[in-house]
Amino acid sequence: MLRDAWLIASKDLRVEWSSKVLTGQVLPFGVLVLILFGFGISPDRRVVEAPERAVLEQVAPGLFWMAVLLSALLALGRSFAIESVDGNLDALKLTGLDPAGIFLGKGLAVWLELVALEVVLGAGAFLLYGAPLGHPGLLAVTVAATTTSVAAAGTLYAALASGLRVRDTLVPLLVLPVLAPVLLGATLATEAALFGPAGDGWPWAGFLGAFALLYLGAGILSFGPLLEET
Amino acid sequence: MTQPGNPSPEAGPTSARPTAASLPVVALDGAVTLLGGFPALAGADLRVQPGEIVLLEGPNGAGKSTLLRLCAGLAPLQQGSGRVLDNDLSDRVGRRRVRRAVGLLGHQTSLYDELTVEQNVRFWARANRAVDTDIEPALERLGIGGRLRDVPVSGLSAGQRRRTALAVIVCRRPHLWLLDEPHAGLDRAGRDLVDDLVRQAVAHGATVMLSSHELDRATELATRIVTVAGGRPLERGPSPEPGPGSARTCTGSADAA
Repeated sequence: MLRDAWLIASKDLRVEWSSKVLTGQVLPFGVLVLILFGFGISPDRRVVEAPERAVLEQVAPGLFWMAVLLSALLALGRSFAIESVDGNLDALKLTGLDPAGIFLGKGLAVWLELVALEVVLGAGAFLLYGAPLGHPGLLAVTVAATTTSVAAAGTLYAALASGLRVRDTLVPLLVLPVLAPVLLGATLATEAALFGPAGDGWPWAGFLGAFALLYLGAGILSFGPLLEET
Repeated sequence: MTQPGNPSPEAGPTSARPTAASLPVVALDGAVTLLGGFPALAGADLRVQPGEIVLLEGPNGAGKSTLLRLCAGLAPLQQGSGRVLDNDLSDRVGRRRVRRAVGLLGHQTSLYDELTVEQNVRFWARANRAVDTDIEPALERLGIGGRLRDVPVSGLSAGQRRRTALAVIVCRRPHLWLLDEPHAGLDRAGRDLVDDLVRQAVAHGATVMLSSHELDRATELATRIVTVAGGRPLERGPSPEPGPGSARTCTGSADAA
């Protein structure tokens, strides 16, 4: 299973590296969202020393995760778009690869892409919103658990929609409601990591970890039948 | 014709278990496949013996591609019974075994545009549990081992894409080759190469089913011709003994079911 997962993940990453979609479209989209959120909340940079700046700092975690989530939709759609052309999904079925390995490989590729995205967007958020970094340990756990949740649930629903003509519009409709609790938990845990106290954030980090494990398990168990139906 | 080290023809099939010589490779009885509610196969009966090269001929929409996909374990078997390589097509486990043991060349080539020729063949070969040392000879055999190996598939012609897809099947060493219009998009040399590959595969224990609109060439290649019309293969008379040059059972055109 793990061998199959790595085979799929390395292929997906190679495809993304060659296509430049991540660096040329997903990343700029995320940065644009981040900047536009900043403009929307603090439109006049001359008053950043005034209360608006404090507001911007306070909402930075939510804005960051919204930017990540919206960008993730592009990466998730792309993950199965490359299998939906030229009969690739049928060819995958013919390989006899472990479906759980395919799920984990697809999820791993998305996970790595999102981490790269989060590093860039996190730096951008720090520069634009000027949020402090209070508890890096909690932040690292929150980022890892949230990214795993988004990658696992997103991969499952993107696969579900992959056989449909309306997949491009269906994926956001399926994924966003499911990930709403993840967005809430990630925002609250990140707030605690940035501004403290850290104790407020750990229960949310635990929730995110449980969500990630739940969807990882669901994906591993259900991806075989799901692949049959697509 | 044959180069030392060529993977599929010399070494023969490796995937899944071997088929007992006495059992048909394909045995369909009243097989029905519905696609979008439409009976793409409407009670298909067919026997294919080991070592045969069966040509499926018939008009567009007759069910040839669906028949090949059913034999690959990809199209659903809704009624009737079907066994391929002694695996039950109505059973999920059986279908998975069939999928691992066949090589399907469909209308689509199943290649990633962003990857090079070599990256594509290498990925699919590894996914199919092929041996790494088979990759290089397969690329050379299909004439894509030179400067083309590093070209992204998006930059290839239709014929070159077809050759790349065939290289994947050669690496795979299937027991049953299912070729849907294998000559399409290929130049004369490419079509000759396909015919050589098919003959060599059969000489080393594989069985082949193919559909083609290049009837002159395909008729020459086939050991038996089956006409498909209205979602049914129409056979008259028993299958001939396997092997090149064996007598053919040609069916006439027939009414739709």
